[in-house]
Amino acid sequence: MSVVVELRNVNKIYGSNHVVKDLNLDVYEGEFLTLLGSSGCGKTTTLRMVAGFEEPSSGSISVQGEDIHNKEPFERDVNTVFQSYALFPHMTVYDNVAYGLKMKKVKKPEIKERVTEMLELVQLGGFEKRYPSQLSGGQKQRVAIARALINRPKVLLLDEPLGALDLKLRKQMQLELKRLQKKLNITFIYVTHDQEEALTMSDRICIMDEGVLQQVGTPAEIYESPKTRFVATFIGETNLFDGVVSGVTDDRMSIHIEPGDFEVPREDFKAGEMLVISVRPERMLYSTEPVEGFNLEGIVKEQIYVGSILKTVVTLSNGNEIKIERLAGQELPTGGRVYLYWKDGDAKLIRSYDNVFAEAVENIVLR
Amino acid sequence: MSRRIKSSIKKIAGIVFCTLVYIFLFLPISVIVANSFNATTSKPYLTWKGFTFDWYVKLFDNSSLLASFGATIAIAVISTLLATAIGTIAAVGMYKYKFRGKSVIDGLLYIPVVIPEIVLGISLLTLFSNTHIPRGMISLVLAHTTFSTPYVIFNVRARLSGYDGSIEEASMDLGANRLTTFKNITLPVLAPGIGAGALLAFTLSIDDVIVSYFTNGQVKTFPLKVMESIKSGVAPDVNALSTLILVGTIVLVILTQSNLFKKNK
Amino acid sequence: MAKLSRHTFRSNTLPAITTVGPVTLWLAFFVAVPLIYVLIMSFCSLDEGYNVVFKFTLANYQRLLDPNYIQIYGTSLFVAFITTALCIVVGYPFSFLIARTTSKHKALLYMLVIIPFWTNSLIRIYGWRTLLGTNGWINNLLIMMNLTDTPVEFLFNRGATILGMFYCLFPYMVLPLYTAIEKLDKNLLEASADLGAKSRSTFTRVIIPLTMSGIFSGSIMVFIPSLGYFFVSDILGGGNSDVIGNLIERQFQSGNNWPLGAALSIILILITLLLVKLYQKLGGDMDNLGV
Repeated sequence: MSVVVELRNVNKIYGSNHVVKDLNLDVYEGEFLTLLGSSGCGKTTTLRMVAGFEEPSSGSISVQGEDIHNKEPFERDVNTVFQSYALFPHMTVYDNVAYGLKMKKVKKPEIKERVTEMLELVQLGGFEKRYPSQLSGGQKQRVAIARALINRPKVLLLDEPLGALDLKLRKQMQLELKRLQKKLNITFIYVTHDQEEALTMSDRICIMDEGVLQQVGTPAEIYESPKTRFVATFIGETNLFDGVVSGVTDDRMSIHIEPGDFEVPREDFKAGEMLVISVRPERMLYSTEPVEGFNLEGIVKEQIYVGSILKTVVTLSNGNEIKIERLAGQELPTGGRVYLYWKDGDAKLIRSYDNVFAEAVENIVLR
Repeated sequence: MSRRIKSSIKKIAGIVFCTLVYIFLFLPISVIVANSFNATTSKPYLTWKGFTFDWYVKLFDNSSLLASFGATIAIAVISTLLATAIGTIAAVGMYKYKFRGKSVIDGLLYIPVVIPEIVLGISLLTLFSNTHIPRGMISLVLAHTTFSTPYVIFNVRARLSGYDGSIEEASMDLGANRLTTFKNITLPVLAPGIGAGALLAFTLSIDDVIVSYFTNGQVKTFPLKVMESIKSGVAPDVNALSTLILVGTIVLVILTQSNLFKKNK
Repeated sequence: MAKLSRHTFRSNTLPAITTVGPVTLWLAFFVAVPLIYVLIMSFCSLDEGYNVVFKFTLANYQRLLDPNYIQIYGTSLFVAFITTALCIVVGYPFSFLIARTTSKHKALLYMLVIIPFWTNSLIRIYGWRTLLGTNGWINNLLIMMNLTDTPVEFLFNRGATILGMFYCLFPYMVLPLYTAIEKLDKNLLEASADLGAKSRSTFTRVIIPLTMSGIFSGSIMVFIPSLGYFFVSDILGGGNSDVIGNLIERQFQSGNNWPLGAALSIILILITLLLVKLYQKLGGDMDNLGV
């Protein structure tokens, strides 16, 4: 797969506000890549830098190997679907969609043919003569998408395009967008703060927090193997423990966490290193008998029966609450004592930022 | 008294009151219109001597009156064009860009609006006489543009307050450069505001007495011609021309406003 | 979603200069510089040939204290004050009725206030003279109906000047009032009535405070111009009720004493500044002054 968009050491600073920090990202041809993060994480700014509405403070952005630093938005081979739709209110649906072609001085019969085809594609045939004010939210969205796709861009940028739609319409449009993307085989860079939307639609997800790229990966990778504490908590629910590597043998290492020690298969950690352990609620297991190798006991605080799933909250001796999900079965008495454990591989080990800090201190001291 | 009777009395009182106000507003205008059909030929043209269309014919023999009307229209058209051009781009620029000294420009904008016209008139007179700008058509156009521009800016600005700037980004994103975007997107979307501003500028210019009075030199605009004729009694042909101007303005407004309304869908 | 200066494109300097530059130059040269000229001129002297010479003097300001002038300031402020009060008293109920009418001709009713604007104001004022003069239509009518033998002198007094000012400036009061009253939320009025407010207290406690901005901007737009409309007092007042504008006009035309006229204009500028400051202090929005 070849790289279409390449961001290298991109920074964006507004005054004292460092919005995007040292961003490196490759976007591959034909993929659906989502920039996911909460409000103010720098995802929209990143998108706008690719579109050309903002200029990086430093670093470079290339499209198909060509640095686009000196290109104005109207010279770039990327198109944008705006959050507010940004339809031209004084033009009909037809003229809105035809705009890009007119700017490219395409001949009239071809414009007509392509606009008609595009409107069919987004299921808006027959709406040519309407004005944006006469359309519903979903229809406006389709016009915005058709307008941005008409020039057959290398990359389509979408800035929270479904944000203004109601839930039902949003779900429908998610599927439709995905279908369009597959059919046209155009690279989509999609910005959203909705993790479910990201998981449903994306080939890869790029999670950002406070301007820093946290992790890029397939939805499964992001969910199963979060690389940072932020990613683990941002996507889905999880249980986190702060710990330290207390001993390393040939194939195992033991980890000390506050409630007690346990062992995991050896990974690339040194003894004494600090880490974060993430165990998803559905991977957390419990037993009424003590489990060998685990020292995690707690009291059942509550159990909630949600259809096929039984949600349990267990309070540990240090007061932390642990969430557990399992298929509905025998319920536990509230207040009963349980012992928590998990299978090898279900506890995800995340290098703690504290190590980076500790190493930095160590380096300075050693020098 | 029952509630119903009370409220209908209230309603009738309201209608009577409003009608009286409208009569008050239109009384002098009806005098002008009536006098334009007055057959009297002796000064001060006050006594009613019967109905005639003569003045509408004689009007076209009064070359100095026609010249004053021509000057008024020429000044109004040129100053409106200037004020609309300067005002529109200024309103857009002030909306879009942040720069130092913006509040100073804002403050200067309000001066021609709030200051008594006579002060604007005499200050421009001192400027023109000190800088040797010839007083006549040129000084009148400059003066009228000065008091019209803020009104254009305010009207365009009002339109901009509901304006989604991302439509310009969308246009550039689709391949239009800044100038094309301004022409294809910004201008048409702002058109109702620009039109309203231009219309206001035009009517202000046509009606202006005070500023013109100080900056005219030898040129007599129609209002100044009226001022001159007041001493000896306003002749019916002046009334005839006023009536024509009134009818013309009403037609102009109806045409432009309904046109703007359609575009503003 | 990061909302970051949505409208900042790459380099803003050039577009900012090309768009705002012309108006800046225009305002500097045709508004700021002329006013500075007036200020300087108010300290200048006249030579024997009545030419303005740049010799510093306070004589012009001393002459402002001439008792005859002070009397005219008094008249002018009185006329302005009564005109403004009349505009509010008649304009408020009138604006209220047309702004809250359910008639489908509402737009027309509004336009009917503006249409008189489109006839030259001088000739409309002259229309009043035609009506009210000693040999005017109303006197002719009165004589014809034997209600009087000698024509009634309606004109050439303070009342006539006030009538003319009121007539000329009335729409400037109605337009901001109309806007303010139309903005009132109907639900709010109903809520107030629902909470047991009698219609009078709804009016004083809800409607008046909410439309105060309209009253303020209307007052500014009536009071200030009425100090300068010299032609109204010329045509209707007949020299018996001059306003400050007449004083200034005379210095720049027949009197040919520009420095004195400039000093008189400074009074008007100061009054304007004072009133605008007051207006802003009361929470008035400058944008409401543009009609």
